[in-house]
Amino acid sequence: MSIHVPDKDWFKAPSGGERIWIALSLIWCLIMFIMMPVWHFKGKQNSTGEAYRVEPAAFVARVEAAIKTHQVGEENGVPIVEPTPGGDAYLLGQMWRWYPILKLKQGQSYRLHVSALDLQHGFSLLPVNMNFHILPGYDHVLTITPTQAGDYQLICNEFCGIGHHLMTGKIIVE
Amino acid sequence: MSNHLENQVRTCDTTGLPVCLTAQKFIKLNGVFAVIFLLIGAIAAVLLALTRWPAVHLLDAQWYYRILTAHGMNMLIFWILFIEVAILYFACTTLLNSRLFSKKIAWVSFVMMLVGAVMVNVIVFIGKADVLMTSYIPLLAHPVFYLGIILVAVGTLIGVYNFFATVYIAKRDKTYDGSVPLVVFGAIAAAIIAVVTLLHGAVVMIPTFTWSMGWTAQPDPGWYRLIWWGLGHQSQQVNVCAMVSVWYLLASLTTGAKPLNQAVCRSAFVLYILFINLASAHHLLVDPGVGAGWKIWNTSYAMYLAVLASMIHGFTVPASVEIAQRAKGYVRGLFGWLTNAPWKNPGFSAFFLSLVIFGFIGGITGVTLGTQQINILAHNTLRIPGHFHATVVGGTSLAFMGLIYYVVPLIFQREFYARSLAIIQPYIFGIGIVMLSFGMSFAGSAGVPRRHWDVEFTGANLAAGFDSGTHLWLGVMGIGGVLAFIGLLTFILLTVAAVFFGKSNKGRAMTPWATPKTLVTEGDVDATEDHRSPGTMTLVIILLVTFVVYYFANWLALTDVWHVR
Repeated sequence: MSIHVPDKDWFKAPSGGERIWIALSLIWCLIMFIMMPVWHFKGKQNSTGEAYRVEPAAFVARVEAAIKTHQVGEENGVPIVEPTPGGDAYLLGQMWRWYPILKLKQGQSYRLHVSALDLQHGFSLLPVNMNFHILPGYDHVLTITPTQAGDYQLICNEFCGIGHHLMTGKIIVE
Repeated sequence: MSNHLENQVRTCDTTGLPVCLTAQKFIKLNGVFAVIFLLIGAIAAVLLALTRWPAVHLLDAQWYYRILTAHGMNMLIFWILFIEVAILYFACTTLLNSRLFSKKIAWVSFVMMLVGAVMVNVIVFIGKADVLMTSYIPLLAHPVFYLGIILVAVGTLIGVYNFFATVYIAKRDKTYDGSVPLVVFGAIAAAIIAVVTLLHGAVVMIPTFTWSMGWTAQPDPGWYRLIWWGLGHQSQQVNVCAMVSVWYLLASLTTGAKPLNQAVCRSAFVLYILFINLASAHHLLVDPGVGAGWKIWNTSYAMYLAVLASMIHGFTVPASVEIAQRAKGYVRGLFGWLTNAPWKNPGFSAFFLSLVIFGFIGGITGVTLGTQQINILAHNTLRIPGHFHATVVGGTSLAFMGLIYYVVPLIFQREFYARSLAIIQPYIFGIGIVMLSFGMSFAGSAGVPRRHWDVEFTGANLAAGFDSGTHLWLGVMGIGGVLAFIGLLTFILLTVAAVFFGKSNKGRAMTPWATPKTLVTEGDVDATEDHRSPGTMTLVIILLVTFVVYYFANWLALTDVWHVR
């Protein structure tokens, strides 16, 4: 019984079905382990965690500069910015909005810099459902390539205070 | 040879095991307060389910986040830690035939934990700590919130010290002969992980407390997440360890099961100790500042060796039940042992449902969501609580409920009323949790965020929202939550009625829950010497196939999203 002291000779190698199951499990665990490095080199979707230290005020300045040079319109008072394909794009998370609206080209890649002004925020792109964590003080660089055209919603999925549910944004892909 | 003090021990009238009266007192104290915190957490739970169900949307935003904070703290920290200290005290005294090392230390531990838990609850409910359980910096709570958590953590550490000291004096006084029983081994593993976990808690909470007092600068939010999850995720591994020990215990109590191979079971516990502390990384898979190599190595628990341990227990536990059942003569077909299991014994049904829910839902989803790249599809969505409600609620809490169906008659020496209600309670709770978990998981697959008051985004400047199919899953979640709440409330009422008003069974054996009759006599060699478990083998192969399909379906889903590096 598992609640009693075991027999003296309890140390035995596994046998029978138990042994088969351990072998199967170990093989499966190794397959799962290998999948991640393989995908890192062969797959198209990876989170490399590329990030740089940045003061929130300095990041806001970069966002403002990008708006000044690349603004192409406005929606509900939020500037629409069209960054150069292959270049840098900036997105700021703050209580409670994603700022500004970005306009990207399908099939082009961008270095999307995302950071937070105040609290931690969750970058969540719908309806594709891609999620990244955003921290104040960290310039999180996502090298993204939109694969389909359309209007995408951005929401926040890390609790950021009472107005958390008001925090939305938008990415337009043409 | 026991080391009990005079008049400080009794012999259990049911099992014949020795019960240290000091330990019994603290098992009772911890048990009672555990159930009180469970009740607070449960009331919070149903309010949350009724808020996240869009058709009901009960609470306002402020109370939603406040109640969410209370729910996490009471369920995940207080209910679990109080009951686990009780389990540790039980394992190191009764099962080792020893007295508890120190009554004074037990008091210090208990009072610190209680004061800390009350402080946290008060400060949360008066609205000074709407920061959710994780209190991610720079969110700032009242200093009492952090101080309460520190008190609970240190109090628990002191209780764990009492446990280790008892294990030591039992060994020194030779109260048992040979190796410790398997359940004690599992408890020791849980206690070792608990020490590492609580030290992480101290490392992260102390500078956060001093920051909240204005004495020191704000800690780095990335650093905070890394260390906090060394507390937050590892404490769940304490639960896994304790739960697996309880599986072995309940398998023994309800069907007379013996572990197949003690070396295998024990090695699996050692794998938990060695590798599970890496799991903090599960929460940082899409974080900035930590690289791919770090994420891959740590999220896989170093090549998934801790997952291997769970898969081993997932086989050895049901296999031991199967072999015990076959030895009793239930040999017909692949599953005759299972269909003739004591399904009307809430100790058994809670244990077996816990095993199935933990393995098939909690385990499979957890490993898949914790895969580095797949986490892009899951981070901070409802898929995450969909996963952990199947592990820590459908798994751990349900197993602990099964245990309490034995603790009340054996330790409190009181009988349950309304036993027919107790028989169906694990099913109501189990079905509710499964519905909740499915609802959350499917809604989360559409991107519905966790910890979010309004997924209609009413009043947002730029519109967002979800389709009707997603709303349907949120409804399933809501109904499941209500059902689970009914199951949980039934459990609490039954337990409270038994503990405070139940008939005493002192001097006689407890009224037994159903256990399977033996159909064969001892001499029937054919049945008793058969140590194969084909039914369990079939079940685990089904588990593995489900696992493989779910895992690769998620990779396939990942190929649909934008390219990103």
